[in-house]
Parts: sequence; structure tokens; C-alpha cells
Amino acid sequence: MAYFLQLVFAGVAQGCIYALIGLGFSIIFKASQVINFAQGELLLVGTYVVASAVLNWHLPFLLALPLGLLVTILIGLLFERLVLRRMIGRPPFTVLMITIGLDIILRTLVVVGWGSRTIPAATPFTVTSGFNVAGVHLGSSDLWTIGVTIVLCAALYYFFRRTRYGLAMRATALDQEAALAMGIDVRTVYALAWGLAAAITTLGGVLLAIDSLAIDPNFGNAALVAFPAIILGGLDSVSGAVVGGVIIGLTSVLTAGYESRLPAVVGTGLHEVTPYLIMILILLIRPYGLFGSRKVERV
Amino acid sequence: MIATRERGRSRLRQELPREAEPPRLLGSLARWLWLGVGVLALLLFFSLAGDDWFTIINYCLIAAIATLALNLLSGYTGQISLGLAFFMGLGGYTAAFLGGNPPQGALDPWGLGLPVFIWLPAAGLVAALVGALIGPSALRLRGFYLGIVTLALVFIGNYLFRNLSFITGGPQGRNFPVPAFGGFSLDQQNSILGIALTSGQQYFLLILVILLLSALFVYNLSRSRVGRAMRAVRDHEVGAAIMGVNLFEVKMGAFVLSSFLAGVAGALYVSYARYVIPDYWSLSLSIQFVAAIIIGGIADVWGSILGAAFVFALPQVIDYFSLLPPSTGGGGLSSGDLNALLYGLLIIVFLLFEPGGVIGLVRRLRPGRPRLQAAGASAAGAGADAATLKEGGESIEVVDLQQRASGPDEEQGRRRTGAS
Repeated sequence: MAYFLQLVFAGVAQGCIYALIGLGFSIIFKASQVINFAQGELLLVGTYVVASAVLNWHLPFLLALPLGLLVTILIGLLFERLVLRRMIGRPPFTVLMITIGLDIILRTLVVVGWGSRTIPAATPFTVTSGFNVAGVHLGSSDLWTIGVTIVLCAALYYFFRRTRYGLAMRATALDQEAALAMGIDVRTVYALAWGLAAAITTLGGVLLAIDSLAIDPNFGNAALVAFPAIILGGLDSVSGAVVGGVIIGLTSVLTAGYESRLPAVVGTGLHEVTPYLIMILILLIRPYGLFGSRKVERV
Repeated sequence: MIATRERGRSRLRQELPREAEPPRLLGSLARWLWLGVGVLALLLFFSLAGDDWFTIINYCLIAAIATLALNLLSGYTGQISLGLAFFMGLGGYTAAFLGGNPPQGALDPWGLGLPVFIWLPAAGLVAALVGALIGPSALRLRGFYLGIVTLALVFIGNYLFRNLSFITGGPQGRNFPVPAFGGFSLDQQNSILGIALTSGQQYFLLILVILLLSALFVYNLSRSRVGRAMRAVRDHEVGAAIMGVNLFEVKMGAFVLSSFLAGVAGALYVSYARYVIPDYWSLSLSIQFVAAIIIGGIADVWGSILGAAFVFALPQVIDYFSLLPPSTGGGGLSSGDLNALLYGLLIIVFLLFEPGGVIGLVRRLRPGRPRLQAAGASAAGAGADAATLKEGGESIEVVDLQQRASGPDEEQGRRRTGAS
């Protein structure tokens, strides 16, 4: 039982990370109907900057984190300003392809700059920090992850419901032309969406790096696991990203935890594909996800 | 069209300038000349190049077949797929299972030892069959859902390839069959008509023939009614449906054909590389092919070949001339990195400024091209319209659609669309 609870706790924590990364996808998708394929590499650059700042330049973690966020926000804003703004009105096919271009560039820059070796991740915690409750070890990093996600989601909720720019973003997502007619600066909204998404995703990445202790140039693939999370929750739903993230995190961690007890036919690495299996299932049954709007068009 | 069939048809033909006729494959002197130049260049390369060059070119030609496969699906039909690596892997392991040597020990992966003219087509057929099974669920939804489903396929495929070790050899990989025609095995020196050929040269001939067949197939398909339907689906789904195109059928057809070609390319790859680990069939391989079609040219046969050459041969060429230090894992710019940076940048630059890719650029700059194509190319180049990913010659398509509406199968067409 304690083992199960331990796995559930770890699963929720990991789910929160996927939720944060997934939020990055859905904020950009909501604002501009673009699936940003480069999300994972924004996260990669961010975690590498934070790791370097702590390990090589000996900055305190709390200073390194904003530095990493700043770098990815800048990349996101620049890409939006220089490239995506010229792509408005092009088919989604083209726009998705162009984010693949950014993805390749960022990943290669990381390999060129830091090498393809595994490096230790920056962490403010020691591995054993935390406390025990009823035989379950609640690690500090996991507790912080869950806490940060809850606070951030509350802040986002407030932002989208109550603030001027949050409302502007929702209006733009609903109807770009109408928003323009109401005097909303759609360009600012797009820039805001990219900046916000880059920052949230990077935060998720840094938390994931703390969890996995080390990073390498494939670390950005973590964002691809967040894909099933947002499909599950609904591409354009912010709360859906969180629920989807937690479901994906739980199933993935539970499969990993019980994999050794499954029959040998299953083989190794099943937990790496359970998120995708769940996603395909969801696409078959409920293609707009659990919370998404029913705008999906069938052929 | 109110006029009778014969009159309507002839009138339309007269109104069009001669250039609007769909070009015949070898219909003009210029094309014969290009063919001659091409054959001459191939002969020169074949007789002068060393083994290293054959290695580079052979991989590049195999990649060109796979790039054609992706272009058929993404370029002509407009369906984003990231699953090419999965279908190549399927083809590769089908080839290994059917053509590989029977196991010697208990731990050896299985193999039936069948000849090449069974395992090579079978590799394509199995990939196509799996495509046909997956297609209905993946193509049911519009937009980038196919991209997301095929992304999942790559990961699921990787898991299967790693675990089905009785076929794939598990994470350690396995050996693959060599094409052999009777006693004529491609991995050793043979002589044809008294000319001694190295293994690389023989593979070159085999791969070249298959590439030519695939290229001819895709080229002819793209000029047929099916090809026009594919482009109509890409450019405007609703419009295509109104014209009587069965969207699902066209998408499925493109997906299955693309899977077939990818499977064949995968089988050729494993047979030439002789040793492949399951992790080779990764997402980054798929992405390289996406880069190849964008850089080479969307919906273009020559574009596919050029794109494959750029993405898959350039790093080897840079390595061959030792222009950059080899990758050590410690950072610094290696040839692979330089190439990746370059094609990442080129994807962005081409999509922004020349959606037709390298081949679009060439076609635009080439003097003395037909007028109609020029109009199409410059429209695409200006990027003025929403559907930018199209090549020249739209007017031809319009004519054909009109003909079709008043053609002999008019009744059938009406019944299918359910209109009037």
C-alpha cells in the first residue's frame, strides 16, 4: 500500500510537470491556433541555461531560474516577432513546419554549445530532503512542484478571468477579427502568449530536471509526452491541460512502478508509451478531449 | 456546361494556349537533352567514383525514395506525418524477417531466408497494410491530428522494435539480408557483361532502378486525376469535396501508398547498412525527411531528390573532405551540427520567402519556361494567397474539372456527390 501511495504521489508530481509544459502548448494554441513544435527545445535551452548558471557561474538557484526564464522568453518573443508574424494567414501545415525548423536550430545550438554529454541538473534541494508520512517519502522537489503548479494555475485563472490582458487573450482566441474591432492589440496578445508559454514551459522543464537529476540534448522530448496530456484534456482548454497532465503522469509512473510484475511479454519501457496509447484511445473515442471545445471537424 | 460534350471539350481546348497541355514525359527536345545529360553524368560518376562516394550516394538515393514517400503524403496531399521512420522500420524488419538467415542459435533473431524479389515488395506491402489499418483512425480528423497520431506511432513503434527481439534483435540490433539474384549476391564483387562491379556499384544500380520507378510512379500519379484530387484536398478540403472528391479515399490512398514506398526504402536501407538498432527509427529521422521535402520542394519529384541530397548527403560530403572536426560529444561544431543548423534555418527561410523550396527557386529563375507555369510560380513566390503550398499549372486542373463535370461519367459523379 505504501508503495502504491508513493507511486501516486510521484505520479501526481510528474503530472504537474506535464501540466505546466502542456499549458505552454495550449496557451499558444488558444491564442494563435499554432501547435508549437519547438516547445520542447525552448524548455531544453532554459534548463541548460539554469544548469550552467548554477554549476559554472556559481549563481544561486533563485537567480539562475529567472535568467533561464528570461532567455527562453526572449527566444519565444523574437521568433514570434521575426517569423510567425509573417506567417499569419498561412495554412497550419506551414506554420507547424516552421516551428519544426526552430526546434532543429535550438537543439543543435545546445549540442554545439554544451556538447551531447549528460550534465547534472541544477537543483536547490538535496535528494533526500523532505519528510515521511505513513511510510511515504514526500520529497521536497515533488512538494514544490505540486505547490508551484497549484499557485501558477490559480494565478493563470485569475489572469484569464479578471485582468485586462487575460481577457484580451481570450477574446482574441475566440474571434481574432472581432477582437481587433474592439480595439485589442492582437500583436501584443500574440507576443504575450509566446512569452507566457515559454516561461511556464521552462519552469516545468527546470522542475523536471530537478526530478531526473541530469539532462542531455534529448531532454526536450519531455515536451512530447505533454502532447498526450493536452490531447487528453482538450487542446484549447487550460484546466484540461492540468487534468490531462495528472492522468498521464499517474498512469506513466504507475506502469513504471508495476512493470516488473507484469508478464514478460510486455517487455521493457512500456511506461514510455502508455501516454501515447492513452492518447490514441482518446482520439478514437473523444477527439476533442475531456474539456476541449467540440470544434473538431471530421472528414 | 450546357454545350454538348464534344463541343464543350473542343472549345475548351482551343481557348487554352498550347503550353497548358500537360507536358509529356519526353515530349520535347529539351527533355531528351536533359535525359542525355543525366545519363552521361551517371555514367561518368559510375566509372570514376570511388567506394566512399558510392556509400554516400547510395544512402542518399535510399533517402530520396523515402522523401518521395513523404512528399506524396505531405506535399501533394497536405497531410502532416511524423511517422515515416516507423513505416521505414516496419519495412526494414519485414525484410529482415523474410529474407534474413535462419537462426543458428536459440537467441538469434528469426529469418526465413526468402529471396529478394519476395522480401523487398513484401516490406512495402506490410508497411502499406499497417498504414491501411491505422489510417482510418488517424485520418478521421482534420488538421494536425494525423501529425500527432503518427508522432505517437514513432514512440510505440520504437517500444515494439526494442521488445520484439525475435525479429528485431532487441536493443543490440541484428543483421539484415543482402539482395541476391540466384548466385549473384550484391555484397561481393560480380561481373556483368564482363565488367567487374564492386558491391557499392551493384547496390547503386539496384537502388537507382527502384528510385527511378518510384519517381516515375509519383510523377505520373501527380499528373493523373488522382493527383489532381490530392492537390485539391490539400488546397481546399471543402472545395475538393464539392467537386466530388472523396476526401477520405484520397487521404487513405496517399497514406497507404506513402507507407508502401517508405517500407521499401526501409528495406533497402537495412539491407545496405547491414546492421541497424531499433533506436535508429526515431522521431529525429522523421523530422529530417520533413526538412528534406520543405528544402527540396513541396509536391515535386525533383524537389524530393534534391532535398534528400541536401539533408542526407551534405554532412557526409563535408566529412569526406574533412572540413570540420568529427563529433566528439564535447560540444563545438561538427559537420552533422552544421548541417542541422543549416537545414533548420533553411526550413524557416524557405517557408517564409520561397515555399516552393530549392526546386521552386530553380523553376522561377529558369529562362524560357511555359507562361502558365510562370504565372503559377510567381504567385506562389509572392506568397499573396492563403494556399501557398502549390506549384504551377493550376489552370490545367480547372480545365480537367470542367471536362469531368460534362464527361461520360456525369451521372456517376452526380450520384457520388449527392448534389442536384
